[in-house]
Amino acid sequence: MSNLQESGPLLSVRDVAKFYGARVGCRDVSFDLWPGEVMGIVGESGSGKTTLLNCLAGQLTPDHGEVLFDTRTDGLKDTVRMSEPERRMLRRTDWAFVHQHAHEGLRMNVSAGGNVGERLMAVGARNYGQIREEALDWLGRVEISGERIDDRPSAFSGGMRQRLQIARNLVTGPRLVFMDEPTGGLDVSVQARLLDLLRGLVREMGLSAIIVTHDLAVVRLLADRLMVMKGGEVVEAGLTDQVLDDPQHGYTQLLVSSVLQV
Amino acid sequence: MIRIENLSKTFTLHNQGGAVIPVMTGAELAVAKGECIALTGASGAGKSTLMRMIYGNYLAASGHIWVGEVDVAAANPREILELRRHTLGYVSQFLRVVPRVPTLEVVAEPLLSVGVAKEAALERARDLLGRLNIPETLWSLSPTTFSGGEQQRVNIARGFAHDYPALLLDEPTASLDATNREVVLALIEEAKARGAAIIGIFHDEAARDRVCDRVIDVTGYAPPRAA
Repeated sequence: MSNLQESGPLLSVRDVAKFYGARVGCRDVSFDLWPGEVMGIVGESGSGKTTLLNCLAGQLTPDHGEVLFDTRTDGLKDTVRMSEPERRMLRRTDWAFVHQHAHEGLRMNVSAGGNVGERLMAVGARNYGQIREEALDWLGRVEISGERIDDRPSAFSGGMRQRLQIARNLVTGPRLVFMDEPTGGLDVSVQARLLDLLRGLVREMGLSAIIVTHDLAVVRLLADRLMVMKGGEVVEAGLTDQVLDDPQHGYTQLLVSSVLQV
Repeated sequence: MIRIENLSKTFTLHNQGGAVIPVMTGAELAVAKGECIALTGASGAGKSTLMRMIYGNYLAASGHIWVGEVDVAAANPREILELRRHTLGYVSQFLRVVPRVPTLEVVAEPLLSVGVAKEAALERARDLLGRLNIPETLWSLSPTTFSGGEQQRVNIARGFAHDYPALLLDEPTASLDATNREVVLALIEEAKARGAAIIGIFHDEAARDRVCDRVIDVTGYAPPRAA
């Protein structure tokens, strides 16, 4: 959060589009994400927000446009056109992807410690003692007791699995985290705990993040900026509190006014 | 420090037949360093709207809002975030925080985000919470469970933690007892003394008379009523 004056954008998205046959997944999407910034993407299901996230994270190949990422060695580089090994390396190091369903981002038959350690080993860690030490440290940070290090995630609750997934993703010190409905399907109390955790980690590690969600309360607390999608297009974007408190587009106005007050 | 030029605001309600509601036109005001001005006008006259526009929370339809070197009416989100972090503070009437975060950290956060060392930030937070008579036993708890008055004082502590060169205060003394009201007025006076430019909404007339140098009635910025 501190010194973001000198550097350029971490991610620069230019005119990205993805079509499923004749149907629009998403199109005409352009934005810059700066180091330390958290951006939320909201919209109802089918609005294209998950398609867009997958295009940005290299999980889907866009049909059009560029996704430029500020790589450590070569500066801004189009991740759509880089080689698969290069993209895989990014996925293991500078990127992290937190899935809505933790089981998609975890190996369910491997111990909690193994899940965290595996990502470290993928970037070359070999010393068993150090890997276990690091895994323990991360379990602690996501508030999972060290005693559970040898248990498999299949024996964990939904909230614990989600926290384990976050530990597995962040252990290699990524610079950009993609999150797809990270609090979806969790109890409200567990959600609060996860939000607190995510916000703390974003601050401490200076992470940038792109969070897809349909929960406006989540973006208000976590995101600096907000993009609203409808029918595959971005209909409104801006500062999170401005978009939520003074929405300009009819669809955003509908979305904001439809939220139940608590 | 704060200069508003020919500012106007309209709301367009797309889901109510596209009704366009002009709420402000031709607003002009300037606040110098060390000066505190009060916005007045009947409820609904646009005091909060104007404050929110200065903070970048509402978009301006036209005109300029200069806070230091930044025109909030034209700035991009990143510039506004930077402005809010370093230059422009806002004490709203409502405390909005991430659940579970201890009060002490809620108050220290604005300092941490401008790079103040953790211990110094916590020290300042302790000092403010103590001055505002929040019992020390509550500091390690999340303010979400506090009473309304306690939450308001936490919000004030948070708003005054960092020495912002410009401050917006929305009813800072509302619903405070005499002792705490006195503390808040002293904080405002201290902020003025160090050169902060302040715009406030005060329904408490005695408080307004004591800390404000000028009063601006926003009724004068209301657009002419369309038939």
